[in-house]
Amino acid sequence: MESHLLSFVTFIPLVAAAILAIFLRGEDAAAQSVAKWVALIATSATFLISLFILFDFDPNNTGFQFVETHAWIFGLQYKMGVDGISVLFVMLTTFMMPLTIAASWHVENRVKEYMIAFLMLETLMLGVFMALDLVLFYLFFEAGLIPMFLIIGIWGGKERIYASFKFFLYTFLGSVLMLIAMVAMYFDAQTTDIVKLMGHEFDSESFSLLGIQIIGGMQTMMFVAFFASFAVKMPMWPVHTWLPDAHVQAPTAGSVVLAAILLKMGGYGFLRFSLPMFPVGADVMTPLVLWMSAIAIVYTSLVALAQADMKKLIAYSSVAHMGYVTMGIFAANQQGIDGAIFQMLSHGFISGALFLCVGVIYDRMHTREIDAYGGLVNRMPAYALIFLFFTMANVGLPGTSGFIGEFLTLMGIFQVNTWVALVAASGVILSAAYALWLYRRVVMGDLIKESLKSITDMGKRERSIFAPLVVMTLLLGVYPSLITDIIGPSVEALITNYDTALEAAGAANQVAEASH
Amino acid sequence: MIYKIILFAPLIGAIIAGFGWRVIGDKGAQWLTTGLLMLAALLSWVVFLQGATEAEAVHIMTWVQSGTLDTSWSIRVDRLTTIMLIVINTVSALVHLYSMGYMAHDENFGDNESYRPRFFAYLSLFTFAMLMLVTADNLLQMFFGWEGVGLASYLLIGFYFRKPSANAAAIKAFVVNRVGDFGFVLGIAGLYFMTDSIKLDEIFAMAPELANMTLTFLWADWNAANVLAFLLFVGAMGKSAQLFLHTWLPDAMEGPTPVSALIHAATMVTAGVFLVCRMSPLMEYAPEATGFITFIGASTAFFAATVGLVQNDIKRVIAYSTCSQLGYMFVAAGVGVYSVAMFHLFTHAFFKAMLFLGAGSVIHGMHHEQDMRNYGGLRKKLPYTFWAMMIGTLAITGVGIPLTTIGFAGFLSKDAVIESAYAGTNGGYAFWMLVIAALFTSFYSWRLMFLTFYGEARGDKHTHEHAHESPTVMLVPLGVLAMGAVFAGMLWYNDFFGKTEKVAKFFDVPYHAEEHHGEEHGDDHAKADDHGDDAGHDDHAEETNVADKADDHGKDAKPHYVLAGEPGEGAIYAAMGNDVLNEAHYVPKWVKTSPFIAMLIGFVIAVWFYIWNPSLPGRLAEVQRPLYLFLLNKWYFDEIYDFLFVRPAKRIAHFLWKRGDGTVIDGTLNGVAMGIVPFFTRLAGRAQSGYIFTYAFAMVIGIAVFVTWMTLSGGAH
Repeated sequence: MESHLLSFVTFIPLVAAAILAIFLRGEDAAAQSVAKWVALIATSATFLISLFILFDFDPNNTGFQFVETHAWIFGLQYKMGVDGISVLFVMLTTFMMPLTIAASWHVENRVKEYMIAFLMLETLMLGVFMALDLVLFYLFFEAGLIPMFLIIGIWGGKERIYASFKFFLYTFLGSVLMLIAMVAMYFDAQTTDIVKLMGHEFDSESFSLLGIQIIGGMQTMMFVAFFASFAVKMPMWPVHTWLPDAHVQAPTAGSVVLAAILLKMGGYGFLRFSLPMFPVGADVMTPLVLWMSAIAIVYTSLVALAQADMKKLIAYSSVAHMGYVTMGIFAANQQGIDGAIFQMLSHGFISGALFLCVGVIYDRMHTREIDAYGGLVNRMPAYALIFLFFTMANVGLPGTSGFIGEFLTLMGIFQVNTWVALVAASGVILSAAYALWLYRRVVMGDLIKESLKSITDMGKRERSIFAPLVVMTLLLGVYPSLITDIIGPSVEALITNYDTALEAAGAANQVAEASH
Repeated sequence: MIYKIILFAPLIGAIIAGFGWRVIGDKGAQWLTTGLLMLAALLSWVVFLQGATEAEAVHIMTWVQSGTLDTSWSIRVDRLTTIMLIVINTVSALVHLYSMGYMAHDENFGDNESYRPRFFAYLSLFTFAMLMLVTADNLLQMFFGWEGVGLASYLLIGFYFRKPSANAAAIKAFVVNRVGDFGFVLGIAGLYFMTDSIKLDEIFAMAPELANMTLTFLWADWNAANVLAFLLFVGAMGKSAQLFLHTWLPDAMEGPTPVSALIHAATMVTAGVFLVCRMSPLMEYAPEATGFITFIGASTAFFAATVGLVQNDIKRVIAYSTCSQLGYMFVAAGVGVYSVAMFHLFTHAFFKAMLFLGAGSVIHGMHHEQDMRNYGGLRKKLPYTFWAMMIGTLAITGVGIPLTTIGFAGFLSKDAVIESAYAGTNGGYAFWMLVIAALFTSFYSWRLMFLTFYGEARGDKHTHEHAHESPTVMLVPLGVLAMGAVFAGMLWYNDFFGKTEKVAKFFDVPYHAEEHHGEEHGDDHAKADDHGDDAGHDDHAEETNVADKADDHGKDAKPHYVLAGEPGEGAIYAAMGNDVLNEAHYVPKWVKTSPFIAMLIGFVIAVWFYIWNPSLPGRLAEVQRPLYLFLLNKWYFDEIYDFLFVRPAKRIAHFLWKRGDGTVIDGTLNGVAMGIVPFFTRLAGRAQSGYIFTYAFAMVIGIAVFVTWMTLSGGAH
């Protein structure tokens, strides 16, 4: 019997959004409250139901599970499924969404639309991680931009229009190339089924285009096209500049979703498409990607040092942490990819929590300027503790989940390229510098500023938002097997296929050369 | 079970005190943490005195598992661990007790602020992390402890969070330590790459092979053992404040004084020494790396001692003294006598913790005055503290009867280090640096004593009139540590630096009698030889043995014992040809007496400068002003680092942000987009935000149509 669990989970938020859109009228406090509660209940229900996916998931089965296939319009198919690589991203999404809704409790402007946007966003994000059809994936992937675009554009800060368009154009322009590659893939393989595409061998024979020899041929071209889209999403240096702007302008909950989930789509894309479908292309481009990652880590860590805006600082820190992810993925060994996935999940909790930390004081003081704060520990001890905890997690202190990802990716990359490992490892020094310096300027010191003298510590609602994040960060730091047990077999299969494909391609190319 | 209690008692204390102090109260939190630490200390002594046991491993649960990388949370207990257990838990328990008095009234906090439970929670948290470090059975867990103590150190240095200097020092300590960790992490990654494991036992088993493997690291091929040992040592340099990565330690004195005693004297800073001793099977196969360790250790011992000569802050003098003594330990480890490195670590923990606590008692009695220029004549006001400090000074300067094993703890362990250094380097650089440093040590220690307790009262009269002896709760720890400072050396001399078979027994290293060398060499000639029963190796070993020390043959013909373990057997390992432990006993008499003479000279100069002719130091500083400033400013390391690293980093950061991100990337890369954005912005600006929905849905439809058309047209192909 075919399970409909995935569709069920995916579309609960959308249904809730539809209910809000159709039945909820009015802008008064009661209507606002209803909108909030509907959103909170829907996202919480989604999370609870998604737990069934986790419980019934068999880690040792490296194929896709809970697969459902339906015919769709125009002869396209609707196909969903999860494997060890995607299932935890689904869980991350369903886990984070109730928290982001709870963090939006004070929103007063257009509450109904706000909640609709977040609910739609959840459906689309879940769709990205579950889609097993190229067109379906593309639809979810691109459509996800729209609610985010709206969230920044309507509920954002002063420069929200600039930021939202920058966000939209960057990610959209990246996707155009991907779309072209997808069309080419369809011509080549005559299918849009992702599972079949993963088994399809795309042409990897070198050819020359406009006098330039392209090693890896079609695969390299396709890899680059996908890369354009995923690299922007990650974001990788040097196409990262949209992220700080988007974060700064986005409302707190928007930043949380952006950092915790949307950024992970790039990494997921690499693992779902780039490595399995274009192994030769990936292999050709690996040195470039590794160096871009290493530069990202050092470059953005340094830039983070110079920031005067808390959200920008954390945004740059996110880019640096994503550098470990791409580095791990393209190390293409077990530790590297395990670490990369771990880092993405862990970063979801930690960066989400850090943006929430900024949100807590932004709600009180309505500024993100670091210089506007100082000495908060005097009046906000609970906040100081929580902020310290996530600062340390962000720095990668062992015992928190932030450490495991960083460590595993470094172990992975050392086996591939010690120069990149060296440069990346220097990130541990810089991250300590910028994170602790931020903490010192905001929290430590004497409370001198008049405006802060009456600031209040976190309330119950705020504390209960952080509690699950603290638990996850500690739990995964102390017992990371919770994640590695699930992703391990799928990652192993991915690597085996990747290596086999490379060997086969190498052998084929030798034969081709010999026959010439 | 007993190990788990020792390990987790401090953690439980930290959690309850940290989060539950509202329930159990201020006093409750203090007594709970202190009580649990006393329990842990007691159990540690039980474990220690039970004698040598084989390395035991207690599995707790799995940790990081990825492919062949397989690590667990587990406890490994061998002799190295038990030594560290008693050092950590004893000092920690005493510091907890002491802190009850020291932290009772702190002017950095308001009357109704509850800072004490937080302080005790941090102390206990530190102790837990330190215990994790020393009980680790794999490098990753060690790194957990390594970073955990770094966190606790950061929290405690910055404990006075209102003081900008304390906050700066806390960050500096963390970041400089991270520089070391950077090496440590690369070392772990390298070891995993080469040996496919980061478990200690498996690495040890592979150590001899590593010596013959090459590792391509950065631009060249290196000997794997050397480069990995070097990387690990970079981590040790950071944690143990060795030259070039030492700058954080003096600043760390911003923390409350009990913290300095526990973390920055007795335990955390010795983690680097522990790491080198723990990795002895690897170090033994890395001659160039250990040569580097010896060099850095000796240089640090000398450098820190010179700076200590002229510092005026009582805690900074002791901080530089710590830095210098850590250098001694590294020299011993570097020349391959790990037992002696541990010996000095062990005795140093007692007398240095006591010196710090004594200094804390003075500071407490003098209302938080730390400048020794404002002390003087405190002998009468603080009699118990004076005697404790006196014992500490006698111990650190190395007072004892030359050529015997009777003396204060520091006498025995420091002389053991210096003799090992002479034997290990044939009287080279390290030996001379250490002897000179011993002279300086004596001078600055006595200078501290004379400036503080002798002469006329200087500085604020009011403060001196109100100077008072500390409460009992602070004096008891001083008394206990004083016992250690007097007796620890004599009691355990044989175990750490005695005859080879005794050391072997103590550290649980296999050994056996070496038949045909007995009559040729001295009564306790030991020769490390991991294949001692193999005739071919024996011959070879004999040759080196004879060549190495044909000059100092013993007379009697007792059986000759050698350390004969495989790498990883026993707590320390000495490779074939490493005979320094034995040779150190046969150094010339002048070498053995040299630290004593250096100590006497330092003492006499100190008496001359600060008792007989107190105006002399000032005049000397005038005459030798550049040298004085050079030392006073700690060789200008902070200024140089600021110029070389801190300011350029800030400049580059700003440049990359404004120019790199701003001009270059935003300017060129999205030049096209930037042409489009204003257009859209104008469009959107004119519209009400409600219209954005319309645009959005138009986009959705657009994409859907686009995709569908592409697919369909593709399908029709």
